[in-house]
Amino acid sequence: MPSLKDVKMKIVGVGKTKQITKAMNMVASAKLRGAQARIERFRPYATRYRHVLAELAAKVEGNAHPLLAEHEEKKVCVIVMVTSDRGLCGSFNSNIIATGLKLAREKTAEGMEVKFICAGRKGRDTISKSSYELLFGYGDRMGSVDFSLASAVGQEVIHGYENLEMDEVYLVYGEFISMGQQPPRTLCLFPVQAPSVEEENDAEQVRCEYVYEPSEEALLAELLPRYVKVQIYSGMLDTSASEHAARMAAMDNATRNCNEMIQMLTLLYNKTRQAAITSDLIDIVGGAEALNG
Amino acid sequence: MSTLQLEVVTPDKKVVSEAVEYVSCPGIEGEFGVMPHHVSLLSGLKVGALRYDAQGKSQFVFISGGFADVNNKTMTVLAESAELAQDIDEARAKAAKERAERRLVENAETLDSVRAHAALQRAVVRLEIASLR
Repeated sequence: MPSLKDVKMKIVGVGKTKQITKAMNMVASAKLRGAQARIERFRPYATRYRHVLAELAAKVEGNAHPLLAEHEEKKVCVIVMVTSDRGLCGSFNSNIIATGLKLAREKTAEGMEVKFICAGRKGRDTISKSSYELLFGYGDRMGSVDFSLASAVGQEVIHGYENLEMDEVYLVYGEFISMGQQPPRTLCLFPVQAPSVEEENDAEQVRCEYVYEPSEEALLAELLPRYVKVQIYSGMLDTSASEHAARMAAMDNATRNCNEMIQMLTLLYNKTRQAAITSDLIDIVGGAEALNG
Repeated sequence: MSTLQLEVVTPDKKVVSEAVEYVSCPGIEGEFGVMPHHVSLLSGLKVGALRYDAQGKSQFVFISGGFADVNNKTMTVLAESAELAQDIDEARAKAAKERAERRLVENAETLDSVRAHAALQRAVVRLEIASLR
């Protein structure tokens, strides 16, 4: 039986933990709002971009650009993995890392050499300890995602693909679907799969008489590299929103668990107190009996 | 008078969304103007000033390259960065200009000269636009 004082201390301790988890929940919710606003601001750019590229890609011959062409000999597979910098967000990061490693194993089984590029400290640390080669690791940058980071990562893979140092490139990130759903997602960056026009409705067909300045091929060469960066950036934005949503859920759970624990401990405290009083009373009564006797 | 819906979008925000009468753009193959009912056009843009006229007033926007998609009634400019003339930070542009100039002079051999020239050009154009407001 624990002493009264021990139980009291424990209750105070759990109460303090609860305060922290509650605060973290609120901070995460504020940050989530910011991240969601960023996604909203980015969306018009991304959708217009996809639209324009789809129209252009439909007009140009299949392998008109080196970034669109598939390499004949596939030797090196690069996985760009976007995770968060901080933990305490449930299984969010480990899910992404597990997905990345699973993909890596599959590609190794296919006979390719797998290398990683990691944005976010959690992923970087895991990969640097694993047997896979870490080409670049960007840590402590996910707090405020900006286009320059996506641009830097994009530049590396574009360069690698053009120089035949990389034959396939995948992006692994946490997709933001809703507050309760942030599944890890894998996206093929290279060879680039240009978005198809079929998603657009028929009314758009009227616009097919386009003037291109400069030529279609030159424009495509301008657009494609940037499209890769757009994809990476949108993956990063998603991951950052998902991270905060996952942390909110995790902290909410933790706060609930604290409440349960406090309830249980209070019960124990009261029982112990009562037991102590009872045994004190027995002592007093017993003493009085002895005097009278 | 008929108008054209101009949208200037960057990854971070929508810079302009307005009905305009005329737009002048720094195209890769030279400056071009767009009025309502222009033929559908997709053009690359270089670093420069985009001018648009709305309600009799001209506005200048700094564009750091990108591309413009024009069709019948709308024109969308997708740029990596864009700033309205009044939002340009003159002090920062001046500092960037000096930095780029210094770098071009001091370490000409080790330098990524393409990048330095691009930075210099951006700064110069920003300053030009800022002086127009």
